Amino acid sequence: MSIYIPVSGAAQSHEMYSLRVNGLVHEVKDAWIGESLLYVLRERLGLPGAKGACEQGECGSCTVIVDSKAVCSCLVMAADAVDTEILTVEGLGPDGALTDVQSAFLSEGGVQCGFCTPGFIVAVHHLLENNPQPSDDEIRESLSGNICRCTGYGRILEAVRTVADQRRQNS
Amino acid sequence: MPVLIPRNVDELVEVFQANPQAKLLAGGTDYMVEVNLHGRKPETMISLRRVKELTEWSVRTNQSRITIGAGVPYADMEVGEIARLVPALAQAARTVGSPQIRAAGTLGGNLGTCSPAGDSLPVLAALGATVHVIGPDGNRDIEFADFMVGVKKNSLQPSEFVHSVSLPLVEGWQGYAKVGTRNAMVISTASACLVRDSDEGFVAIALGSVGPTIIRAHAAESWLMKSTSLRGGSQLDPSIAQEFGRRVAQESRPIDDHRSTADYRRHAIGVLAQRLLTRSFS
Ligand SMILES: Cc1cc2nc3c(=O)[nH]c(=O)nc-3n(C[C@H](O)[C@H](O)[C@H](O)COP(=O)(O)OP(=O)(O)OC[C@H]3O[C@@H](n4cnc5c(N)ncnc54)[C@H](O)[C@@H]3O)c2cc1C
Ligand code: FES
Ligand code: FES
Repeated sequence: MSIYIPVSGAAQSHEMYSLRVNGLVHEVKDAWIGESLLYVLRERLGLPGAKGACEQGECGSCTVIVDSKAVCSCLVMAADAVDTEILTVEGLGPDGALTDVQSAFLSEGGVQCGFCTPGFIVAVHHLLENNPQPSDDEIRESLSGNICRCTGYGRILEAVRTVADQRRQNS
Repeated sequence: MPVLIPRNVDELVEVFQANPQAKLLAGGTDYMVEVNLHGRKPETMISLRRVKELTEWSVRTNQSRITIGAGVPYADMEVGEIARLVPALAQAARTVGSPQIRAAGTLGGNLGTCSPAGDSLPVLAALGATVHVIGPDGNRDIEFADFMVGVKKNSLQPSEFVHSVSLPLVEGWQGYAKVGTRNAMVISTASACLVRDSDEGFVAIALGSVGPTIIRAHAAESWLMKSTSLRGGSQLDPSIAQEFGRRVAQESRPIDDHRSTADYRRHAIGVLAQRLLTRSFS
């Protein structure tokens, strides 16, 4: 049984464990057990791509991939994510280069204030990986957990269609 | 305070018995909201995600039953074989939260929380599900009607956990309907699951969000079975469907709260009942 135990049995809220994020192992030290993955990524690991707004799973701005599933990182207990593969928006493109999805969001005007954007980008990558040619209904359904207060969604949907078309032409 | 990570049911029984005060963590979609926003302070946690048996499901065709592990997420019930065998459960699963919530949230978590608005629960009630529980004294089977005992209260004893749920595979029609303020990401204002066994001429309807527990409208069910034939090939008189809706509404026990009013809920549940029954004949 793999039991994850505190390094020092004395200090109750000081924990140490490691997380595998974007292919790299990060040590997490002095953490409190109740910290969400969102908090640990942003405040401890210097990965502020995932955004926090509601912290209750409603807005999707904190979306990351854990073991190939798109989930709200605010609802993942970070200390329970040991032994998983975590992928954040920072890890989608090679060496910080923009992915086709990010470029399409820019060219189609799917970004305004940008707060929701990382969550949408991760959700769209996940969608197109599992369903390369989604219908409009499938796009809407798969992005229904992401809220955008600026764009009105039209340009975001257009960006998804653009990438799906590009990928079809290039394949 | 550690996170304990058992990898199989035997290890889970052992760590839960050794740490009876520990909190079980499945998808975290209920529990982490408590921690993030309601000041809940986790102490020892037992993570269920690596307990392989809990994430499995199986069909016993000779007994016409399906058994679904507590750790199966909604995403796996929405489509595929489970959806084909238990369509009402798939319909309920599709209404839960958003894709992110359905990827993480589990059947066992819905039973652990036991909210009257839990979307899987009316389906379990209408189908007469059995909840398989494991604890320090071994296994125990609890009928769903005895499992949920109040608002967010279930009959689990210390160090007991839900292993799986077993449901009959019914010949006939089944469906789930839910009213809320929008399509995505909505906790139900009123919901209902209707099962019509066209071989036996039997009907069951269970109501969510209109009482402290899920309510089976037994009186309306018996009235309907006396008033019309429910077997395959029979016709439904619209006035019977309307009267069925009225009787179901009478058996609901809704309250006013921040999501809706008792009056609206009583009205809505009658409409849902009438609609589900009508659909079952179309
Ligand atoms: C944004 C959002 C939207 C939501 N929308 C809906 C909705 O539309 N419909 C709906 O029904 N719910 C909804 N929920 C609530 C939640 O997603 C469900 O109740 C879900 O089934 C919980 O499962 P989980 O695995 O995430 O549970 P967790 O949060 O991990 O656990 C919930 C509780 O159950 C206990 N538990 C977990 N597994 C077991 C087990 N095997 N045995 C005993 N106890 C156990 C835990 O100890 C805890 O008390 C929503 C939640 C969020 C955040
Ligand atoms: S911050 Fe996680 S869903 Fe809003
Ligand atoms: S661009 Fe501002 S919230 Fe989406």
